[in-house]
Amino acid sequence: MTDDLLDGLSDPARAAGWADAPPRVGFFTDTSVCIGCKACEVACKEWNAVPDDGFDLLGTSYDNTGGLSANSWRHVAFVEQPALPPVDPVSAPVDALAAAAEATPDFRWLMMSDVCKHCTHAGCLDVCPTGALFRTEFSTVVVQEDICNGCGYCIPACPYGVIDQRAGDGRAWKCTMCYDRLGDGLSPACATACPTESIQFGELSRLREKAERRVATLREQGVSRAHLYGADPDDGVGGDGAFFLLLDDPEVYGLPPDPVVGTRDLPAMWKRAGLAALAMAAAAVVSFAGGRR
Amino acid sequence: MAEAHPVGFQWVMEAKSRGATVIHVDPRYTRTSAVADMYVPVRAGADIAFLGGVINYILSNEKDFREYVLAYTNASTVLSEDFQDTEDLDGLFSGYDPEHGAYDQSSWMYAGREHEGRQAEQSGQERETAAGLRAESHGPPIGHDTEKDPTLAHPRCVYQVLKRHYARYTPEVVERLCGVPTSDFLRVCEAWTANSGRERTSALVYSVGWTQHSVGVQYIRAGAIIQLLLGNMGRPGGGVMALRGHASIQGSTDIPTLFNLLPGYLQMPHHRQHPTFDKWVDALRHPGQKGFWSDARAYAISLLKAYWGEAATADNDFGYGWLPRLTGDHGTYRQVLDMIDGKIKGYFLLGQNPAVGSAHGRAQRLGMANLDWLVVRDLFMTESATFWKDGPEIATGEIVTEQCGTEVFFLPAASHVEKEGTFTQTQRLLQWREKAVDPPGDCRSELWFMYHLGRRIRDRLASSTAPRDQAILRLTWDYRLHGERGDEPSAEDVLREINGYEVDTGTPLSSYTQMKADGSTAGGCWIYTGVYADGVNQAARRKPGGEQSWVAPEWGWAWPSNRRALYNRASADPDGKPWSERKKYVWWDPEAGSWTGHDVPDFEKGKDPSYRPDADATGVDAIAGDDPFIMQGDGKGWLYVPSGLIDGPLPTHYEPVESTVRNPLYTQQANPTRKVYDRSDNQLNPSPPQQHAEVFPYVFCTSRLTEHHTAGGMSRTLAYLSELQPHMFVEVSPALAAERGLEHLGWAHVVTARAAIEARVMITSRLRPLRIDDRIVHQIWLPYHWGGQGLVTGDSVNDLIGIALDPNVLIQESKVGTCDIRPGRRPTGVELLAYVEAYRKRAGMSGDRYASMLTKDEHDG
Repeated sequence: MTDDLLDGLSDPARAAGWADAPPRVGFFTDTSVCIGCKACEVACKEWNAVPDDGFDLLGTSYDNTGGLSANSWRHVAFVEQPALPPVDPVSAPVDALAAAAEATPDFRWLMMSDVCKHCTHAGCLDVCPTGALFRTEFSTVVVQEDICNGCGYCIPACPYGVIDQRAGDGRAWKCTMCYDRLGDGLSPACATACPTESIQFGELSRLREKAERRVATLREQGVSRAHLYGADPDDGVGGDGAFFLLLDDPEVYGLPPDPVVGTRDLPAMWKRAGLAALAMAAAAVVSFAGGRR
Repeated sequence: MAEAHPVGFQWVMEAKSRGATVIHVDPRYTRTSAVADMYVPVRAGADIAFLGGVINYILSNEKDFREYVLAYTNASTVLSEDFQDTEDLDGLFSGYDPEHGAYDQSSWMYAGREHEGRQAEQSGQERETAAGLRAESHGPPIGHDTEKDPTLAHPRCVYQVLKRHYARYTPEVVERLCGVPTSDFLRVCEAWTANSGRERTSALVYSVGWTQHSVGVQYIRAGAIIQLLLGNMGRPGGGVMALRGHASIQGSTDIPTLFNLLPGYLQMPHHRQHPTFDKWVDALRHPGQKGFWSDARAYAISLLKAYWGEAATADNDFGYGWLPRLTGDHGTYRQVLDMIDGKIKGYFLLGQNPAVGSAHGRAQRLGMANLDWLVVRDLFMTESATFWKDGPEIATGEIVTEQCGTEVFFLPAASHVEKEGTFTQTQRLLQWREKAVDPPGDCRSELWFMYHLGRRIRDRLASSTAPRDQAILRLTWDYRLHGERGDEPSAEDVLREINGYEVDTGTPLSSYTQMKADGSTAGGCWIYTGVYADGVNQAARRKPGGEQSWVAPEWGWAWPSNRRALYNRASADPDGKPWSERKKYVWWDPEAGSWTGHDVPDFEKGKDPSYRPDADATGVDAIAGDDPFIMQGDGKGWLYVPSGLIDGPLPTHYEPVESTVRNPLYTQQANPTRKVYDRSDNQLNPSPPQQHAEVFPYVFCTSRLTEHHTAGGMSRTLAYLSELQPHMFVEVSPALAAERGLEHLGWAHVVTARAAIEARVMITSRLRPLRIDDRIVHQIWLPYHWGGQGLVTGDSVNDLIGIALDPNVLIQESKVGTCDIRPGRRPTGVELLAYVEAYRKRAGMSGDRYASMLTKDEHDG
């Protein structure tokens, strides 16, 4: 079990002991077709009975949710990118010209529906002492609200800052990928509500193929910076169960550029710590042995 | 469209993924712009200049689909010698009568038909009753001998008149008026024309804010001219699509909640113009006219039979005497002013929240405060139900609760999931809706309310012999009751009555062509006939798209006759062959001798394309085999409208009633036939060339956010929606923020002659200053969802807006006005009144000084 957790996993559910696990499912969120309607946020709250998150005007474009939290399991980010000031082709250095050519030619309004990534290496799950967080048969990561004791270890363990404690409740909450709906053969509420298929739900391996094709199409159309985020099984979390097609750098959307699960180095650390302990014990034995002399 | 119609917008995104180019033209960069291939910012209120520029581009580059234009439009028809254009008369068409503020339309007619034109007095009266369109029945007959020039060379043919009219709308003029750079404008023209013609079609989609202008109808007309010139009407992927404001607003025009229409676009009778049944019917059918309106007598009698059943007989003109009559302007704004004047005593509001949702909120509330009684049926306590205790006029002292005599009855309503019925959406598609859950507590459906109200009134009147009560007593009022309480009228029964049936047997009709003018059929709305064909609720059909043809005829039911695209005879060439294999839709099958195709052909099934009517033919027989526009008086698509519009046969750029810009094209500043109510409680900001226009130096525009629904009654009351847009705000460009010292997220207030309202500031590059006529015009934008009730509250934008209306349909100009914006919150209490009054004084608006309809070149005040 420990070894499986720490190696690249192709099948997290099976590794977690689900012998008859169905294929791994996930979200592919294609931000190039997101229209920022926030139907995903509302559908999620309606289905999962998530409380409202307060009535605060944030002034960050049309985003008044702010980020993923215990009370917002989907979050639509709105990024207004003003056109760059035109570069004078005569005086500007060549680098600036190249940068200008790469940059967005005109004003852009990027929208992206963020969600729990359901990591292959899920830090939250690794550190949960109660077993409240568990790997489901669909390879998703779910908190069981009746087991969670509110210790909060999972919060700093998430490299994306997704999982969160609810004020006045103390327990940790996040997207379940609508575990109860999946069990009944339904799609998650957000994907069902999304009018433009920006949020696609399905078998993860197929979604990845589909996403690769979509990136290729967009690049053919001249959207040179279209790329996938979280689709690479060799990244710092072993790939995400919920991955994204972005039109700009992850930081632009408030995503970490190179997330690494904090528990990744745990085995090596334990191994080293174990060796050190053995060495120390040996040294102690030796010293005692020596002392008798 | 993504902003206000996100669910419908999925089809735009699907089209885009299949290669469609999406162009978005809007004063503000919205969620639609974000995913469009091209976004074009324009000045609010300058759309006819923009579209006129496109028309000019098409005509001067001969980009029109010439075969289509020649065969299917009135391009070749020759106009009267007397016609003079706005280009000749500095912004007026020939026939303007200053006394009536309306046109003598004789000179607008086709050559030889001058005598059919409306007189100015008549035209002015039609403005009062929103009857200019004459129920879309398109005026007098057009004889077969009307002069035409198929070479389009005749200087008075429509094509040449159109060309001259728009010749001045060059890309440079578009740039000057709309603030659209010539290069961007030409990109739009090139994309639109390149994607139209034999092999391709383009769709023009607008949301109903487009109609809310003092030239609203002419906006749509300008779009229709382009689509006709490019051959985009009656063909798949083409059309002019009106995105209606919310669920079943299309239904509420078909079976109207409008004062000027009866179901199926039959004109409401006027007490003086239609004293007899025959006069009324002739006004609908225009004896001698071509097309399907010629059968209007059958539609009208069937409607009266549906209303009054056995009591409607040939002897009593089928109860025509019981129909209410128009006596003048009974539009919603006239009513509100009449309430203020104490002429109206009672008011029903069914799911309507005018205290927030209608123009000039203060007038709305003052009107409601001066009633004897007000009934509000809604899901929540809206501002229209509570204005008497906490409306803005309580703070200013204009309404004093203890003195407000209006008795308000709030009746909780069932929501759409708590009742059965149909929605008619923008494509004219009726979709049946099941009741999902029972309404809670005392909440009841509209149908329940109207039925039982009618029942109780009839009980009260039962012994009355007064003639005026007979209209109510003789009504058929016999819907079956069902449901748990056993008192819910059957909505299917109502739909069956709307569909129509044979009076003797009760057999449902399957087509409006079965309606009879002898009283043997009844039907509540002729265009809906067929929705209950074969006794089956056709609107309830839900066959998945994957299990039927791409036109999906078995999903719901579309009027008329389950036709998904109107005028689709135009998808085939004059010989009946598809214009192209790629755009094949309906066509003539010579072997079978009938029209066939993917959709229900919008043409007589057996009428050969080569059919030519006799010279004296009328009605349906007078429609030739190649006349696709079968409801029109000449079977043609009208590039030029000789009759049916109050304000002119061709769309012409006028400035909005409130504008910061002097009309660069004509001396005439604004629509010379607009409907205004000059009174001290409805003052309009001065516009050039009036003095003091600079007191209100900015343009404001208002519309919706995805997160909220209209006046907010169904969204500001819900936490999950309120948290997404929790506060009233105003969007300004960085440049305007700097000019006025506005801070992001700080407070600002916006002032017009009617009100000052406050909002939080959102500084965003999504709004851009425009260069208009060599100066910078700043536009600000505000959402109109807020009011004093609900989880999130704020000032209402509609308080800023005055009442100035389009002359054809009496819709208010609520999408553009002028204002000032200042940092900080507005004053409160009586100081607020003084503050707004000070603005009016500075703008020279004290006393009775109103802009004249006709603009003189010098300052007029």
